[in-house]
Amino acid sequence: MGKTLAEKIIAAHAEDVTEVSAGDLVTVRTDVVMANDVTAPIAIQSFQAMGVEEVYDPNRVMLVPSHFAPNKDIKSAEQTRTLTLFAEEQALDHRFQVGRAGIEHVVLPERGLVLPGDLIVGGDSHTCTYGAVGAFATGMGSTDIGFAMATGKTWLKVPETMKFVYHGERRPYVYGKDMILRTIGEIGVDGALYRSMEFTGPAISALSMSERFTMANMVIEAGGKCGFLPFDDTTQAYVEARATRPYTPFYADDDATYISIHEFDLSEMEPQIACPYSPDNVHPISQVKPEKIDQVFIGSCTNGRFEDLAIVADILQRTGREFSPDVRVMIIPGSQAVYLDVLRQGWIELFTMAGGAVSVSTCGPCLGGHMGVLAADEVCVSTSNRNFRGRMGHRDARVFLANPAVAAASAIMGRLAHPDEL
Amino acid sequence: MKLEGKVWKYGDNIDTDVIIPARYLVTTDPKTLAQHCMEDIDQGFAQSVQPGDIIVGGSNFGCGSSREHAPISIKGAGVSCIVAESFARIFFRNAINIGLPILESVEAARAAQKGDTLSIDLVAGTITNQRTGQTYQANPYPPFVLAIINAGGLVPYTRNVLGIKITG
Ligand code: SF4
Repeated sequence: MGKTLAEKIIAAHAEDVTEVSAGDLVTVRTDVVMANDVTAPIAIQSFQAMGVEEVYDPNRVMLVPSHFAPNKDIKSAEQTRTLTLFAEEQALDHRFQVGRAGIEHVVLPERGLVLPGDLIVGGDSHTCTYGAVGAFATGMGSTDIGFAMATGKTWLKVPETMKFVYHGERRPYVYGKDMILRTIGEIGVDGALYRSMEFTGPAISALSMSERFTMANMVIEAGGKCGFLPFDDTTQAYVEARATRPYTPFYADDDATYISIHEFDLSEMEPQIACPYSPDNVHPISQVKPEKIDQVFIGSCTNGRFEDLAIVADILQRTGREFSPDVRVMIIPGSQAVYLDVLRQGWIELFTMAGGAVSVSTCGPCLGGHMGVLAADEVCVSTSNRNFRGRMGHRDARVFLANPAVAAASAIMGRLAHPDEL
Repeated sequence: MKLEGKVWKYGDNIDTDVIIPARYLVTTDPKTLAQHCMEDIDQGFAQSVQPGDIIVGGSNFGCGSSREHAPISIKGAGVSCIVAESFARIFFRNAINIGLPILESVEAARAAQKGDTLSIDLVAGTITNQRTGQTYQANPYPPFVLAIINAGGLVPYTRNVLGIKITG
């Protein structure tokens, strides 16, 4: 009987067994254990309460301050300090200081710290992002992370897998973001609850790494435990240039067991918008009222990579337009490495001249943390992954999730807009 | 272990951003978090919730962010148990790990109304609605999860496991 990617990678990390199937409960070894400035403080408390003195491997425990970085107030500064002191005390090999890091899900892959075939647990629900390089990666809460930091192990139920197959030539301004939004719109925010999602098909092979990260990133928005993009030449080129250690790619068997298979034809698909207040409230852009907006946020672990910002730069350069003076446009590179690449292209100047506010890398506005929190009744177009009530500020603020081209066009027009309108 | 409390009823897909908004994630203190519990969906909750009260939700309760602050704020508010049609995966683990009882039962969750009193037997996994007299059987926990619950959460569980290793 064939195996899915989740089954193969879990089996390769399982204690006591060599083969697993969906539904099995197993204890597994972890390759990387990650937490951020919100989740690490509790994970460290749990770790200490467990009576453990040392992390299982100082090379594999990674604490990334990203959410309120650079510290927005005294309390967040104290939380970050907890991470810094713990990293020093435990002599952790990898440090993620402000100015040298960024959002965990952008930084870890770009530094080659998360690799194909890895089993990764992270104190952040978007840990599933690393499925883009073919890792089994899943988010957990802090106490689970404390346990994994202590033991290098965790327990898992082997998930069932849903397969998603994408065909057809994409129209202009349709990206991986639109594919994953459409998918979540179809199956709902609990459509993949407890399950693994495998994304395949000819249209997936054509995706850039950055778009693959975007798709894997939003697996949790369908309730998924993990997601996978296939390991191919694109993945290999990305990983080879970065890998910090040897790795083993895995491939799903042709006769693997899938609980369901979903086919998508992209040839007629428009850019997709997730309307308030749920990532599954998805409509083609032509069906959404082009309402006036107050803010645009381009960034986050979903769409804060170099290729995402290149889309924005391209639109500004081709049209010669600037952003609407009535809209606050926040552009936040997902990591300092992305920031530097964007700077070298001359795009910081381009964005700033167009009226955008470019900032040091942070999660910031994505979770209503800082750097662009919304007031009541304000409307925002965001390239991030969640538009729940209160997610980006006041509970009555309204967030529309979109791809970077739609976000840029909307920032220029001062209302929700298709890039073709420019 | 038996629990009894009044129902606070919510719908499907209650996400962790409405359970405890990110603006309060600059602390890990349960009492402070409890003051803002459910604030973005039910502004009266934190003021009026009584020790022992029970939250009843629909499907996918606790979806979204992995923040353990969500079950911590609920436990900190004095809630004794959550009953829902289903739980989001990370929330489920977090609640078990911190020792907040949660039970899955589609029928019990659908039948409960705000203000009902539920009696819950955690060992038997039964939920009785005192208004209707109906008793429901919750989905059983996997054995491994039961071991964590019996130990009182993942921290004491781990201490036990590591303790065995050291002496054995
Ligand atoms: S950018 Fe947003 S979704 Fe991504 S890790 Fe930060 S807060 Fe979470």
